[in-house]
Amino acid sequence: MSDRNVSLSAALKYKGQGPYLTYILHRIGGAMMAIFVTTHVLATFTEMQGWQIGDLINDIYISPPFQIVFMFGVLFHLINGMRITILDLFPQQLIPYHRQAILIEWIIFILVYGFAVVTTITTAIGRMS
Amino acid sequence: MQTKARTLPLSKRGMSFETFMWLFTRLTALAMYGFIFIGIVGAFVMGAQNDMSFVEVLRWALMPNTGHVTYTNVPEISPYASMFWKSVASLFFLTAAGHGVHGVVVILDDYFAKPSQRKWIRFWNILLVAIIIPIGIYVIWFG
Ligand code: HEM
Repeated sequence: MSDRNVSLSAALKYKGQGPYLTYILHRIGGAMMAIFVTTHVLATFTEMQGWQIGDLINDIYISPPFQIVFMFGVLFHLINGMRITILDLFPQQLIPYHRQAILIEWIIFILVYGFAVVTTITTAIGRMS
Repeated sequence: MQTKARTLPLSKRGMSFETFMWLFTRLTALAMYGFIFIGIVGAFVMGAQNDMSFVEVLRWALMPNTGHVTYTNVPEISPYASMFWKSVASLFFLTAAGHGVHGVVVILDDYFAKPSQRKWIRFWNILLVAIIIPIGIYVIWFG
């Protein structure tokens, strides 16, 4: 076990290419979900006890701006996680094509995320009346 | 661009705790895909195509809990509140908790290298997940 030999600021400035971008977005999405699930469970529990704070947190969580940002992290993690798992199941055959796999992954992500964003907005408008 | 794969068969690598958790992360990922699939198919069987938008089906599939359908146009909540869905939600939640807590420890290990720091990271994260699991299960069954 060694100490870090790169400062956090240097690490954050590192400019990788496609594979690095997917790695860091996967991390951010995973961390976002862990924080979200923990606080959402606690908020719902406190809401059930009739405490205002839980209600307030869940009102933020159900709001379209929050959903749109959060869904980026969730859907990226899910779709990238599928890519990682499939490639890792057949490493010899598939890892040589990981850049092509990342391209396919982005196409799927944009379609699913785009549809989720559009329906978040249309649903919010539809439910207003 | 093609690069040659560098892989070592498991027989030559051995099954260390890290390898086991690497496999665990992937198996739980597949299991969670299974839960999401069950959630989507189940929602359509229960008539979601008329009562829920895409994003509402997605939210339900990501955690099949009744709280996730109360804001939709679903006329009757009871099919969504069955023992079956509470069991799927509980299993999904347990799987996500195991996968998530391990993932968070992996991330934090990359930023904190001292053995004492890593010990505390494990202690606090495992304590937190041990507290959150019963609360989450309670919310699923009684929420
Ligand atoms: C269908 C759902 C999910 C899939 C397919 C999935 C997939 C994956 C995979 C394959 C990894 C390993 C990445 C690697 O070793 O490079 C991973 C890591 C991780 N996952 Fe998930 N995951 C899912 C849901 C979740 C949930 C619900 C949470 C949080 C509660 C979560 C949090 C994390 C974290 C924090 C990591 C560590 C990231 C890292 O090491 O950089 N994941 N996920």
